[in-house]
Amino acid sequence: MVSVKVNNLTKHYGKKKELTQALSGVSFNVAPGELFGIIGPDGAGKTSLFRILTTLLLPDGGSASVDGLDVVKDFKAIRHRVGYMPGRFSLYQDLTIEENLEFFATIFNTSIEENYDLIKDIYSQIEPFRTRKAGKLSGGMKQKLALSCALIHKPSVLFLDEPTTGVDAVSRKEFWEMLRNLKKQGITILVSTPYMDEASMCDRVALIQNGAILSVDSPEGVIAAFKQPLVAVKDANMLPLLNHLHHFEGTQDAYPFGEYHHVVLKDGYAAADVSNYLQHQHAQAEVQSIKADIEDCFIALMKQSG
Amino acid sequence: MKQFVSFVKKEFYHIARDKRTVFILLGMPIMQILIFGFALTNEVKNSQIAIFDQSNDLATHALRSELNASRYFDVVQDVHAYPEIEAAFKKGKIKLAVIFPENFANDLDHFNAAQVQLIADASDPNVANTLTNYATAIILDYQDRITNNRRLPYTIKTEMRMLYNPQLKGAYSFVPGVMAMVLMLVCTLMTAITIVREKELGTMEIMLVSPMQPFKIVVAKAVPYLLLSIVNVTSILLLSVFVLDVPINGSLLLLIFESILFTLTCLAFGLLISTGTDSQQTAMFIALTGMFLPTVMLSGFMFPIENMPLPLRIISNIVPAKWFYYIVKEVMIKGLGIAAVWKETLILTGMLLFLLALSIRKFKIRLA
Repeated sequence: MVSVKVNNLTKHYGKKKELTQALSGVSFNVAPGELFGIIGPDGAGKTSLFRILTTLLLPDGGSASVDGLDVVKDFKAIRHRVGYMPGRFSLYQDLTIEENLEFFATIFNTSIEENYDLIKDIYSQIEPFRTRKAGKLSGGMKQKLALSCALIHKPSVLFLDEPTTGVDAVSRKEFWEMLRNLKKQGITILVSTPYMDEASMCDRVALIQNGAILSVDSPEGVIAAFKQPLVAVKDANMLPLLNHLHHFEGTQDAYPFGEYHHVVLKDGYAAADVSNYLQHQHAQAEVQSIKADIEDCFIALMKQSG
Repeated sequence: MKQFVSFVKKEFYHIARDKRTVFILLGMPIMQILIFGFALTNEVKNSQIAIFDQSNDLATHALRSELNASRYFDVVQDVHAYPEIEAAFKKGKIKLAVIFPENFANDLDHFNAAQVQLIADASDPNVANTLTNYATAIILDYQDRITNNRRLPYTIKTEMRMLYNPQLKGAYSFVPGVMAMVLMLVCTLMTAITIVREKELGTMEIMLVSPMQPFKIVVAKAVPYLLLSIVNVTSILLLSVFVLDVPINGSLLLLIFESILFTLTCLAFGLLISTGTDSQQTAMFIALTGMFLPTVMLSGFMFPIENMPLPLRIISNIVPAKWFYYIVKEVMIKGLGIAAVWKETLILTGMLLFLLALSIRKFKIRLA
């Protein structure tokens, strides 16, 4: 059984001269009840992909189906059963929390009472403010309301386009916990995000860049596929350090990573070799062997694909 | 149906919560009727005139008081030399000067021919024309009275009767005009803006990914404005009957029916605009230039269409307001029935169907 099936999907915008390829041959499958992350930087094609899957855009090539329904032919049926939360807050700012939720419930031929269980965990947090206008809510509360509205009709597949962008760290963490809980209800969830650290919250992720999928795997699988040794290096003077690291014969790739530089080493090299190499110019340098995370994998995959 | 009702309810919330807009929507027709009724009027009243009386006799005195007594003129100055007249015109103090030559009464009595000169400020040609006509009429009237006892050979007298509007009130023509203008503004402009706003806010994106049929969304958005328009028509009619004394001579039912027909046409036009635009600003611009200006200029309400060059006369035929203005005048002022306006009604219906079909065809069920 497949919940969402994407097969060689392409989409471009604009005319010949200023052609922008948004998606160039994207394929993946999402199993029912899966929490599937689509991870990539801004402009990677995440929103285009979501809009095609929610029947808002027509693909230029390839095919896709949601719940076994074709996104082009059966768009009416799909609109009955999916939940969609666009990247931008898209509720009525001049309606209260309650009015918004009620409105979306009626539009989907249901009522708040009927599916209250589903949204209880989320909605109960904002329910005390239910007479407040949506436009006057904080970012985290808006997001909870938007999620409640997208869930109120008990969709079989939920599409969340960058739900955590512009939300503080605590709310982000809370939000992912909510998604884990929803998963227990058997809803298939597709989430897109530009934050690599959120990948570990998903069952499986698709890494996307420039409209192409780099890898589809579980977060652990993506990391396990990273075979090269990786070290983190830190010194008082970071910029020359990066230069020197680039010149090291054992370096395959070196890039700044937070307060460290990450160095991907060629096979056969280890942290000790890096320390030795840096001895003269950077005697104080701190070198340690580390495990790759999703971002390292993303960078490696990105460089591989050119 | 429940979906639809809920959508209409939501639309009313939007309107009601934007207090300023409600005030403008409901207050505008009242303001316009009052402004047109009491301030902007092309009737000429109490124009200031000067009199240069070189004769100073019974006849000139009598004419002077006749002019002064009429509601069109106020004698504000007596001049004693030609340069004073010019000076008064230059200052803008007077609009018209009446000059009686010497021996006016004497000429009248003994030579059967006296002359009087009228000098008007023709910087506004229409006003100058009207003033000289009024003054001539008053003078001729005086002449009629003094010649009453004597039979003159070969005279033709014109007897005039102003049908439908015996007092020549401006209100009779601007009430239909204001109705057309207000309905146009409320319906076309507001419908276009409210749909485009959903696109701008991104809520249209969610609405499209819902079981609600796109066309129902659009119709639901139009319903509140239809109701608002009916309220506006009612308030315009009440004001014109009770404040401006413009009677409704024809059938009220027919008038309301025609107003709804015109409202629907405007709504359909608003929908059409909204299908082709993505920003409220563009929508507003198109609605104003595409609908409001033609309504004011080419409906015959401000400027008579008969006097326009042929291309403009042809273009005026596609302005719905022209037909509505005509219908309202026929029904409300002349008191005619459907038999007199069925052709115009048919034209409006045709326009409505055309605009509606076009906007349904053009309505996007997707984002691009």
